[in-house]
Amino acid sequence: MNIDVSAIFQIAGIGIVIAMIHTILKQMGKEDMAHWVTVIGFVVVLFMVVRLLNELFQEIKTIFLFQ
Amino acid sequence: MEIIQIVGLGLIATVLILIIREQKPMFAFLLAAFTGIYVFLFLIGKIDAVITVLQELAERSGIPGIYLQTILKIIGIAYIAEFGAQIVRDAGQESVASKIEFAGKVLILVMAVPIIGVIIETVIGLLPEGG
Repeated sequence: MNIDVSAIFQIAGIGIVIAMIHTILKQMGKEDMAHWVTVIGFVVVLFMVVRLLNELFQEIKTIFLFQ
Repeated sequence: MEIIQIVGLGLIATVLILIIREQKPMFAFLLAAFTGIYVFLFLIGKIDAVITVLQELAERSGIPGIYLQTILKIIGIAYIAEFGAQIVRDAGQESVASKIEFAGKVLILVMAVPIIGVIIETVIGLLPEGG
């Protein structure tokens, strides 16, 4: 397994930092920039989750479905 | 004592999720999904060992391979469907979750039909002729 527990802290950290940046950019009046930052952070985290999900499904396939 | 690791992981993830949910609910959802996937991945290694033993036993007792294969497929479908439904339910989409569970049940039924057919054939074979 090449993804370890620290990935959970990474995701949490990314979430907190994105929330902070979002608040700061909103205070500065750059609403659209704030939304783009949120979207990019979301995509990064989604990428991590989907990669792990792919690994899980491959494991399930090899173990249960004989493929 | 791997259970301590899992429980600790769950507690830490829960605290982090509660913190993030205030700011960004979407990240909280992804974090919950990630934690769930991680625990499942952890467990699947253990299940692998059990299934290897089961396969060995089935081979030794001469059960046709198709039966064990079907049962394992059914367990796999149940595993995936349950996992997906739980994650979707976490996100608050109760209706989608119940559809996933329904799909899992139907697919399991489809898998089980050949075995049911074999059972019914056996029972009919046991019945006396012309009775």
